[in-house]
Amino acid sequence: MYVVVNYTRRLQTLAFNLGPSRYQGVTRASITSQDRKSKQNLSCFRWTHLITLVHQYSTRISNSKPCQVPVDLVDKLERLALVDFRNQEGLACLEKAIRFADQLHVVDTDGVDPMDSVLEERALYLREDAVAEGDCAEELLQLSKNTVEEYFVAPPGNIPLPKREERAAMFKHAEF
Amino acid sequence: TGRTGDRTRNWLWGAPQELVGVVGLEIHAQIHSNTKLFSGSRVGFQAPPNSLVSFFDASLPGTLPVLNRRCVEAAVMTGLALNCTINRKSLFDRKHYFYADLPAGYQITQQRLPIAVDGTLTYSHLGGRKRNEVVTKSVRIKQIQLEQDSGKSLHNDYRNQTLIDLNRAGVGLMELVMEPDMSCGEEAAAAVREMQLILQALGTCQGNMAEGQLRVDANVSIHRPGDHWGIRTEVKNINSARNLARAIDYEIQRQMFVLESGGTVQNETRSFDGKTGHTIPMRDKEGLQDYRFMPEPNLPPLMVYEACSTAPPGVAPSQVVVLEEVRERLPELPSVRRQRLVETYGILPEHSFTLVNEDGLMDYFEAVVRETKAGPRKVIGWVMNELQGLLHQQNLSVSQSPISPQALAQILNLQENGQISSSIAKQVFQELWKTPGKTAQQIVKEQDLGMVNDSTEIYRICQKVVDSHPDQVQAIRSGNKKVLNKLMGLVQKETKGRADPVLVRAILEQKTS
Repeated sequence: MYVVVNYTRRLQTLAFNLGPSRYQGVTRASITSQDRKSKQNLSCFRWTHLITLVHQYSTRISNSKPCQVPVDLVDKLERLALVDFRNQEGLACLEKAIRFADQLHVVDTDGVDPMDSVLEERALYLREDAVAEGDCAEELLQLSKNTVEEYFVAPPGNIPLPKREERAAMFKHAEF
Repeated sequence: TGRTGDRTRNWLWGAPQELVGVVGLEIHAQIHSNTKLFSGSRVGFQAPPNSLVSFFDASLPGTLPVLNRRCVEAAVMTGLALNCTINRKSLFDRKHYFYADLPAGYQITQQRLPIAVDGTLTYSHLGGRKRNEVVTKSVRIKQIQLEQDSGKSLHNDYRNQTLIDLNRAGVGLMELVMEPDMSCGEEAAAAVREMQLILQALGTCQGNMAEGQLRVDANVSIHRPGDHWGIRTEVKNINSARNLARAIDYEIQRQMFVLESGGTVQNETRSFDGKTGHTIPMRDKEGLQDYRFMPEPNLPPLMVYEACSTAPPGVAPSQVVVLEEVRERLPELPSVRRQRLVETYGILPEHSFTLVNEDGLMDYFEAVVRETKAGPRKVIGWVMNELQGLLHQQNLSVSQSPISPQALAQILNLQENGQISSSIAKQVFQELWKTPGKTAQQIVKEQDLGMVNDSTEIYRICQKVVDSHPDQVQAIRSGNKKVLNKLMGLVQKETKGRADPVLVRAILEQKTS
């Protein structure tokens, strides 16, 4: 069970401030499909998520010591979430973000129920079971560059993430 | 644990116990609804590829999930039928993993707080030495949760590609998680069969395993009673209840063999091969998955209410799911139906079990009973023995039977009217099976199978038999009554089975007294 981080909104603000600067003021809904394909795409939710995950592993660590993220964990996070911390600066950034978020533990939440979202008191809308969408195969298939007879084409199975050294070689000419 | 462990174990449990299997099932049941769980695209089977896909199903940016009311009602109804506690508030989560048939990169499920928990499934199977005793067991249902189905991937090894069809992506599933209360393949198959019958009776899932509407994965391990549970393996790719039993039994045997040869069972996922009956390790599994569960931010909690009075005021009825209403709509469950058949028709529980278990057999039986004056007990004998016998022999289902309930009713009526004897009736049945175009009456007429009612004729034949078998007559007179049956057999052979057995017996008894 991961620790449900209270005040998700607060964390989103943190992520905006600490994440790559080009995502200032960007909300998830406005990320265009081009941005999605960009290698540096770290949505704010992914950041929130990563911090949550690291919290799960570091809740035992006392709040007074600076947080050290073990190399195994970094590799695992990169593999699971397909994010790239790239270099020591990236890792230092992550550790600072965790340290900043640790301040949440100072708040006394005894007797307060955890909150998932500021919208959780709203009523969940229930839709009627009538067909209203679909039948747009052509439109959807146009979005993919590789199709065969109305099927999307994918490689067989997941392509394993190249090892760290190989990745470094692949991107040594990249912008960042 | 070593020797001390063994000694303690022996003291607690007596001599070293046999290894037994521990089986837990995970059932994914596709919800029978018009549209998918979170989008308004149609649910269908074998439609043109990617034609039943909306923008949300294809995970295009800017799309959001909108929950289908019918799916909530289906999950609640299933939970009530399985005696679960329905959680008034349940939550949706995201389960992340990368695979081409999961376009969003995550599946919306209910991991933290599912819609129903703590139920029981009571199932029976025919056990005992002669397989005619109804043995009833139960298995605990840990939880029922709503989740999305993934798309379908077709592997083309020739071109080294996978073709993705998203028609199935987003269809609503109920995942029924069972506690590992079962110990062998037979129990698991019976439990799944009962679940199928319940879901079909409720109308929440059509339960066709071959079409993928009901998918079962088995978690199998072995241990000695009293010990910790052993390492478990997951068995997938099972497409029928019968294969489920085979797969589980094979896996239990395999694990026993591994342990007895000194090896250790590995925690892995194995695929069942229907042709060989073996389980094979599945490649392409990258160790233990970490699904990084997180709350689904686009869906507030799902609330269901006990009664209309407890629902929030001023809300439209279409926006509220009320348990009271769903409970009222629960149809007759299989267990209740079996009991009703026993009480209404006075048949045995094992017969009632078979009637409900076989598709269409109960309707067939009731149709025959309606149209004939023969009693239900007689009819059940015919259905269980004559009808089932030929159906099994020729591997046919009840709907494929060449003899309709009306035709069988006619045969029974002829027998009741005294127009044919019981052995002739069976013969007519066999004939009618081969030539279904004719009626029973026609066959009786054509082959001259009508009951011989001429008592003088019967008298003459009995006399002939008695005269030609003096030794048997002597034996009967000196006390061996069983020999009379032999004489009866001879008379029936003479009359080609058309004589009334009661009359023949009476005449013979009189002659040999």
